[in-house]
Amino acid sequence: MRITVASGKGGTGKTTVATSLALSLSVDALGLPPLFLDCDVEAPNAHLFLKPTFESRKDVSILIPNVDESKCIGCGDCAEVCEYHAIAVLNKKVLVFPQLCHGCGSCTWVCPTKAISEEPNLLGSLEAGSTPSGIQFSRGTLNIGEPMAVPVIRQLKKWSVAQSGQVVVVDAPPGTSCPVVESVRGADFLLLVTEPTPFGLHDLKLAAQVAKELQIPAGVVINRDGIGDPGVEKYCIDIGLPILMRIPYDRAIAEGTARGQTLFDIDPKYIMLFQQLFAEISRIVAQQ
Amino acid sequence: MKQFVILSGKGGTGKTSIAAAFAHLAHSDSIRAVLADADVDAANLELVLSPHVLEQHEFMGGNVAWIDPEKCESCGLCEQVCRFDAIALKQGDYQVDPIACDGCAACVHQCPANAIKMELQLAGYWFRSDSRYGPLFHAELRPAQENSGKLVTLVKQQARLLAMDEQYPLIIVDGPPGIGCPVISAVSGANMAIVIAEPTISGVHDMERALEMTRHFHVPAVVCINKADIFLDGAAQIEEYCQKQNVEVMGRIPFDSTVTEAMVRGESVTAFRPMSPASISIRQIWQNIVKMLQFN
Repeated sequence: MRITVASGKGGTGKTTVATSLALSLSVDALGLPPLFLDCDVEAPNAHLFLKPTFESRKDVSILIPNVDESKCIGCGDCAEVCEYHAIAVLNKKVLVFPQLCHGCGSCTWVCPTKAISEEPNLLGSLEAGSTPSGIQFSRGTLNIGEPMAVPVIRQLKKWSVAQSGQVVVVDAPPGTSCPVVESVRGADFLLLVTEPTPFGLHDLKLAAQVAKELQIPAGVVINRDGIGDPGVEKYCIDIGLPILMRIPYDRAIAEGTARGQTLFDIDPKYIMLFQQLFAEISRIVAQQ
Repeated sequence: MKQFVILSGKGGTGKTSIAAAFAHLAHSDSIRAVLADADVDAANLELVLSPHVLEQHEFMGGNVAWIDPEKCESCGLCEQVCRFDAIALKQGDYQVDPIACDGCAACVHQCPANAIKMELQLAGYWFRSDSRYGPLFHAELRPAQENSGKLVTLVKQQARLLAMDEQYPLIIVDGPPGIGCPVISAVSGANMAIVIAEPTISGVHDMERALEMTRHFHVPAVVCINKADIFLDGAAQIEEYCQKQNVEVMGRIPFDSTVTEAMVRGESVTAFRPMSPASISIRQIWQNIVKMLQFN
């Protein structure tokens, strides 16, 4: 089973919830420890809490065009098929803009003189290892200055294969656009972490919309419960989105996670609460 | 005309609350500012500025492929050429998953039967509004849509056009979290980036990445530490890193529950509780920014 933790709004506690969920599954000596994927490749943080030792690494690149000028006749077909304006022909000379290229291959295929070959353009990296509690941990990192997070997420998901019966916990980036969708695709359950404030509510509505578009069952964790207003709770009840857990606002939690403690370091009662959360998610998924 | 952008790397460090406070302070200092919400995925500035929408425009995002089942000869070439895993055989027909489709049109050009065409998608809307603190440009990307970078660029372009036409001296841009495509669009053309950092282990890590990104694009950056008293070691780490990198730490905003209270009221904290600890620090930071951008 694959559970993706997402939020819409940033900083609501996705990583706290995702790491706690993974840890709660790794304490059970009977089960297979989970696979954890940090898909927040622009700002990956889960490793700071789960403290994995990385054993393998892989570059992420996409294939971009490389034009052999001796074969190019300057016909401009390549520029015409490029939907991303990543290739232009000026005075019969071809210019490639690597940061606009999505690596689709179209220009290479349409070139009538086979003047275009493809070469890898480095976007980021993938790393994998295991944590002291046995969690199989993988993360992707987008290189600074590179705009495209999606290929890094896509390749991370392909590279980190779960064993049969292994639970996969995915930590998604904030927002609702393409990197989130790529992180969420293929999930059996979407766990939405929010805070009970107007910003939290506004962005929860958008995240719930993503769940609906992708037809994935979803549930909510209200973090910092007690601050703000009752808007989130009312919304969840109105649209029938189950509230699966509440983590109260507590300065001790804020201070503990600030220094890199997990929720279980701060209060061991959360081990059981997260195991119950997992049982509840399993029940909902089984009903689908 | 000057333009500054508020960033963070990590989400939820307080960008929008601080942007709203800056909008209020600019207004009360009679510095005319155009406001742009560049977090088009999760646009929250409007929740504080209570805008009155003057114009609404459609934002057409990328194209998505569509296979005409009448013309399709089921050769499967489209599935082979698609690098986004967006085409698969379903119930005997090759079909496009519109969410996975990247809009590259490789399948269109390769299909021997001419059975595939691209369809333009409505990806969202952008708005020009009047708000209590000045004109606001904002947008709504429909959930699960692509091209947020393009929409950010559009919102900023519109803000800039108005600022030029009506001689506004300042554009305040509320940026998205992260360091990827919408953030790069938000940063481009800015005179200054204000990075809101949280003194947490995650916040420090993400601030470093945000500052590396601004350096990469040659945009001068300053740092404000928000919730500065929640973890003093973290705050010290931020200061140390910034000193090493020659980045000015422009202010320290203490943790203050009036920030959330103001958000619940739909107000900026500096207007709601002008004498609260957070408001006092934000006002000081604002005055430094004004000095730095040389308005007076």
